[in-house]
Amino acid sequence: MIEVVSADRCIRCDICERVCPAFVFDRDETGLPVIARQDDCQTCFLCEIYCPTDALYVAEQAHGPTGITEPEALQRDLFGAYARSLGWSRGRAGGAENDPTRHIRVAQV
Amino acid sequence: MASRRKEPPAEDGRLIETDVLVVGGGPAAAWAALSAAETGARVVLADKGYHGTSGATAPSNTGTWCVPPGEDRAASVERRFKRTAGLADRRWMLRAADRAYENLQKLVEWGYPFPSEEDGSLYIANLRGPDYMRFMRQRVQKAGVTILDHHPILELLGDDNHIGGAAGVVRRTGAGFRVSAGGIVLATGGCAFFERILGGTGLTGDGHLFAAEAGASLSGMEFTGKYTLAPHGSSLNKGLPFRWATFYRKNGEVLRDARGEPVTNGIGGGERQVAEAMLSGPVYARLDLADPAMQDWLRRGQPNCFQPYDRMGINPFGDLFRVELKYEGTVRGTGGIRIVSSECGTGIAGLYAAGDAASRENVTGGISGGGAINASWAIASGWWAGHGAAQHARRCQNREIVRLRSLGTTGLRGTAERVDIDLADAARTVHAEIAPLDKSYWRTTETLETSRRTLEHVWAGLRQAKPATGIDRLRAREVASVTASARWTIAAALLRTESRGVHRRRDFPGEDEAQASRILVSGLDQVTAVREDRALPMAQEG
Repeated sequence: MIEVVSADRCIRCDICERVCPAFVFDRDETGLPVIARQDDCQTCFLCEIYCPTDALYVAEQAHGPTGITEPEALQRDLFGAYARSLGWSRGRAGGAENDPTRHIRVAQV
Repeated sequence: MASRRKEPPAEDGRLIETDVLVVGGGPAAAWAALSAAETGARVVLADKGYHGTSGATAPSNTGTWCVPPGEDRAASVERRFKRTAGLADRRWMLRAADRAYENLQKLVEWGYPFPSEEDGSLYIANLRGPDYMRFMRQRVQKAGVTILDHHPILELLGDDNHIGGAAGVVRRTGAGFRVSAGGIVLATGGCAFFERILGGTGLTGDGHLFAAEAGASLSGMEFTGKYTLAPHGSSLNKGLPFRWATFYRKNGEVLRDARGEPVTNGIGGGERQVAEAMLSGPVYARLDLADPAMQDWLRRGQPNCFQPYDRMGINPFGDLFRVELKYEGTVRGTGGIRIVSSECGTGIAGLYAAGDAASRENVTGGISGGGAINASWAIASGWWAGHGAAQHARRCQNREIVRLRSLGTTGLRGTAERVDIDLADAARTVHAEIAPLDKSYWRTTETLETSRRTLEHVWAGLRQAKPATGIDRLRAREVASVTASARWTIAAALLRTESRGVHRRRDFPGEDEAQASRILVSGLDQVTAVREDRALPMAQEG
């Protein structure tokens, strides 16, 4: 589930609030996203890759929060991890042209 | 709650007029919108979430059933047909293969970043979910379609003869809105029955309920015994890496099949044994059959699958990790709104269905279809439904929304008793009757009858509940549609007294030649299940 919104990294754009398919975020009076409906999160990690500053962290447990903190996510280099492995950067798409999945599909049979 | 929005909030009761309304936001919705817009129709796409991230495809990496034209196409269809438990339709398979191939070529033309083969040709048999759906949103915008994000539809509007609109709620404000449309495409996705899988939050079978309230039937709802392996506790119901898994008990003892061989390949032969083993205790996996080259391809090609491992701090190629089978309902299972015409009409004038909201039996029969067939079905059925709805809109130009009735029932309009109901409790109860392995991987008359009684009780409670207001209507309708979908599933599963495809009966383990026909379900307060070959012909084009 979505667990961490880094107030330091966040630039107060409205992207995560708009792109979350489960409508999890509200924003406070300063424009900072607030995790308002955490239990609706479907752990799809998509808010992370749309975030232009890697300010969001979604933990892997789908049924409830793990309690991970921002310093731990930072120390383990987890901010932006999914975006990096896809080839997305600063909220922009990229890397699909390098997808090696065809090799997997050939070997799968 | 302060929130800055670029667009002003919709006023209560805002009315939008259009030719075609597409309900949903995944690939089938996108292709339906593009197809309708191509004919010159005005199109509105109303998505419960954000068109580009909602649905099961956006968080995934999906193959396509990509069959080029030529002599091999008929052979490919024939090979596939043999795996459909006798319930697919070769004509539909051929035309789906053709339409999907044509539309994949459109993606090439439009510049979707497909990877290249070693010879420089593009590999178009795979679509990376986040990129694909972001690309589709841009195309849909470019086509002039009005996209309403976070605007869930709650019910259809219609009269005795046709469907002519829909009403919904704006998530940010809780205000209502209505859309008047000449043709409507339900591309609301499958029903995940509240299982926490990728895309699952929004996949509550809303379109199933809308269609049934309009008088349409559903088909194939018993082919919902579909599960996929995932790291325990995660949302990652993506089986591909488990092709290279071996399965263990917690103490490291390898699971063995009846011949004493280790259980491997969790998306093939091993799945059933893993499921059996889970009934008697936790099962662990290790992706130990992937050589270093495959490990690299899996990591780079299926990065979503590795998010749980990386975040848990484990190496799935070297460490044992606990797995579970995630229930996938009609998302990867097959049932849905019955299609009665080539343009994906539902039999109700003005109403069309596409993607996972529709029954995929025409192309997958009684099995899942996996990612590939289902992705191609979304592309093809979306395209057909968009055309069908646009054509229908042209045929009925004089539309007056004032004459239309609100067709929504349970969750929106209660009976006279008006009791309070705990929707979260109802949702948990329904999930517990449908998601466990001993309820839907294997079924018996006894478990089905018990579930039927429990679900009837839940439905009666929902019927008597105080009607919800504002944004609370959304959850009330979601619980109603999941409960209705569960009741249709149970009714179809009780009638099919055999095992076929992904419908497995412990008490009827064999396939029965006399039951090689589809099962239709319909009705809300009174659910009925009938065999298609004994049902009255429903030939009216949608």
